[in-house]
Amino acid sequence: MSGTRIEVAGASAYVGTGSGKPEPDAPCVAFVHGAGMDHTVWALPARHFARKGLRVLAPDLPGHGRSTGPARSTIPAMADWLADVFDAAGVEQAAVVGHSMGSLVAWQFAQGHADRCRALALLGTSMPMPVTDMLLNAAKDNHHAAFDMANAWSHSPGGSLGANDNPGVWMLGAGERLLERSGPGVFHADLAACNAFNADEADGAVTCPALVIAGDEDRMTPARAGLDVASHLAGAKVVRLAGCGHAMLSERPNEILDALIDVVTER
Amino acid sequence: MADPEHRGPRPTGFDTLTLHAGQRPDAATGARATPIYQSASFVFPDTDFAVGLFNIERAGHVYSRLSNPTNAVLEERISALEGGVGAIATASGQAAMHLAVATLASAGDHIVASRSLYGGTHNLLEYTLPRFGIETTFVDPRSPNDFAAAIRDSTKLLFGEILGNPGLEVLDIPRVAEVAHAAGLPLMVDATFATPWLAKPLDFGTDIVVHSATKFLSGHGIVIGGLLVDGGTFDWEASGRFPTLTEPYVGFHDLVFAEEFGPQAFITRARKEGMRDFGACMAPTTAFHILQGLETLPLRMAKHVENTRRVVAFLDAHDAVASVSYPELPGHPDHELAGKLLPKGAGAVFSFELEGGREAGRVFIESLSLFSHLANVGDAKSLVIHPASTTHHRMDTQALAAAGIGEGLVRLSIGLEDPRDLIDDLGRALRRASRA
Repeated sequence: MSGTRIEVAGASAYVGTGSGKPEPDAPCVAFVHGAGMDHTVWALPARHFARKGLRVLAPDLPGHGRSTGPARSTIPAMADWLADVFDAAGVEQAAVVGHSMGSLVAWQFAQGHADRCRALALLGTSMPMPVTDMLLNAAKDNHHAAFDMANAWSHSPGGSLGANDNPGVWMLGAGERLLERSGPGVFHADLAACNAFNADEADGAVTCPALVIAGDEDRMTPARAGLDVASHLAGAKVVRLAGCGHAMLSERPNEILDALIDVVTER
Repeated sequence: MADPEHRGPRPTGFDTLTLHAGQRPDAATGARATPIYQSASFVFPDTDFAVGLFNIERAGHVYSRLSNPTNAVLEERISALEGGVGAIATASGQAAMHLAVATLASAGDHIVASRSLYGGTHNLLEYTLPRFGIETTFVDPRSPNDFAAAIRDSTKLLFGEILGNPGLEVLDIPRVAEVAHAAGLPLMVDATFATPWLAKPLDFGTDIVVHSATKFLSGHGIVIGGLLVDGGTFDWEASGRFPTLTEPYVGFHDLVFAEEFGPQAFITRARKEGMRDFGACMAPTTAFHILQGLETLPLRMAKHVENTRRVVAFLDAHDAVASVSYPELPGHPDHELAGKLLPKGAGAVFSFELEGGREAGRVFIESLSLFSHLANVGDAKSLVIHPASTTHHRMDTQALAAAGIGEGLVRLSIGLEDPRDLIDDLGRALRRASRA
C-alpha cells in the first residue's frame, strides 16, 4: 500500500508511507507539504527512504488531500497536529522535512518538540513568510487566480518552460492540478497561516542537525531569506540550487534527494 | 463570489511554448536545438541510483522503451500546449489509443465511443479489443444522450474525435464530458484534426487527449507517431471504477498509483506498465521530427485553415459538387458548435460529394496533379482520397451508405500551397469528372 489512515484529533488522517514496509524499530522521517498541496509532492523522496528501510510519515495536513477535518489556521496548530500524528502512529522521534509552509511547521515542531526531532530539513523557507494581499485576497475568494499566481511564482523563469528530469511531466500543469484539488478555503487558511507566522513567538530552541535548501531563483521564499533562517540554526548546512525556483521538488528532484540523504539518515 | 478583479500572471504564450516548452539549451554541449538522443540505454551513476530509477524515487532515464530525453521534450511540449500534467510519446496514434485503453480497461470492461471515427480506431474497438474482452458500443456523436444510454456498470471510458472522420461531426465535448463525469467516467478525445492550436479539449472538460502526431503536429508527412496526454483532472478514487489506479498493483510492489502520484496517476501507470509491457515507444528521431513540426504549428495551422476556407468556398459554389461537409458552412449541422469549440477554424480536412458517383470520383482523383492520392492527412502538401474506389472499394452502394460514405465522396486534406493553384487543380479535375 502507498499509505495508511490513522485517527488524529477526531478526524481521519491519511499518511503516505512511500509504499514502505519498515521494521517496527525503524528510524522515521516525516514530510510536511506546503500550502494547498498534499503528500504526493514527496512521492520520490518518500519512496527512497521507504526503500532504505526508514519509516515514512508523509501526512496530508487536515483538510488537504485525503485527510478530513478542518484546515488548521496557524502554524503552531499544524505543528501540534503533527505531534498528534506522531503519537497516533506510535513514533517517538523523526527527521522532519518541510517545504514552504511545511518548513514553518517543521521548524515549529523542532523547536517545540525538540526531543522528538532528530534532524530538520527546511526547503524553500523564509521567516517571516509574508504573502501578498493580491494572492491572499484571491485565495480568500476561492478564485482560480490564486492557484495561477502561486503556481507561476513557484517556478523559476527557466522552470516555467519545463525541462525537468522527470520524463514527460509538465511541471506547471501538475502543480496547478494539485492546487485545484484543495477544498474551498483550504488554500487561504494555509496562506493566512504563513502570513501570520511569527518565529519570535516561539520560545523553544532547535537543537538538532539542520539543513536548509534554497533555490537561487525562488520567487516565493527568496534564497536570501532561506540563508537568514539557516544563520539562526546552529551548524545548519545550506544547499543552494542555482536556477531553481520554489517548486524545487519538481524542478530538482534528484538534487533535493541527494541533499536530504545525509541529514535524514544521520544517526 | 469570485471577484472578477483577481488576475493571475499572464501564462506563457502558445507560440512561445511551441518553441521552448520542455527544452533548454543542452547542458553538455550548449546545443540550441533538441538533440536526438539516439541511445537505447542510459548509464547509471551508481547502483543505488539505478535502483532508485526503477523504484520511481529518482527522475531520469533507464531505457528508451520507457523514456528518452528527446521524447521527453516532445512529451512536455504537447502537455504544455494541451494544458495537461504529462504525456507519453508512442509509436503511432493507434499505439497511444491502445495505451490509454489498456491502462484503464481490462477483460470484461466496456467503452462507449462515437461511431464517427478514423477507420483504424474503429477496427481496434470493433474487432480487435473484443478478442481481449473489451467491448465497445458505438453511438451517434451528435447525441450526448446516446452516450449516456450506452453506459454500463463495466464502462471505463467515453471516447470520440473532436472532428469526426470523415464527416467532420463536431463532438459536443462539454455535454459529453458532463455525461461522462456524471457517471464517474473520464472522457477521452482524439484531437488529431484540431491540434491544440485550434482547440484544447481539456479546456472543455476532456480528461485524456490522444493525437496521431503523424498528421498536423509533425506536419510534413515524414513520420509515424502518437501522443497520449493526461489532463490530470479526473478523480479516479472518487469514481471507484478504476482498480488499475486505485488498488495495489502487484506488478509494481503493491503501488497504488492514485495515492502515490495524485493528478499524475494515469500517465504514470501508462508509462510504468504500458510502456514497460506493450512497449510501443516512439523512436527519438521521430520525436525530433515532430518537435521540428511543432515549432511552426501556429503558422502552419493558420495557413491550412486559410487555404481550406478558400477551397471550401470554391467547391461549395461548383456545379459538379453535390455537397460540401465543412463545419464552418452555415448548412453544416454542427456549424454553431464549431464556432464555439473551434473559433479559429474547423481544420483542414473535409469531404465533399461529387455529382456522378463512384466513376466520377475515380476520374476526379486521377485527374488531379497537385493533390496526392494517398492514405494520410495533415501533410504540408495537399492530399486526396476517394473511399469508394480505394479504402472501401469492396463495399457496395448500400454498405457505403450504411457507413455514411457516398459513392462520390472525396476527402481532401488541404496543404500549404498557393490556394489559387489548388483551386485550379480541383477545377480541372472537376471538369473531367463531370464528363465521366
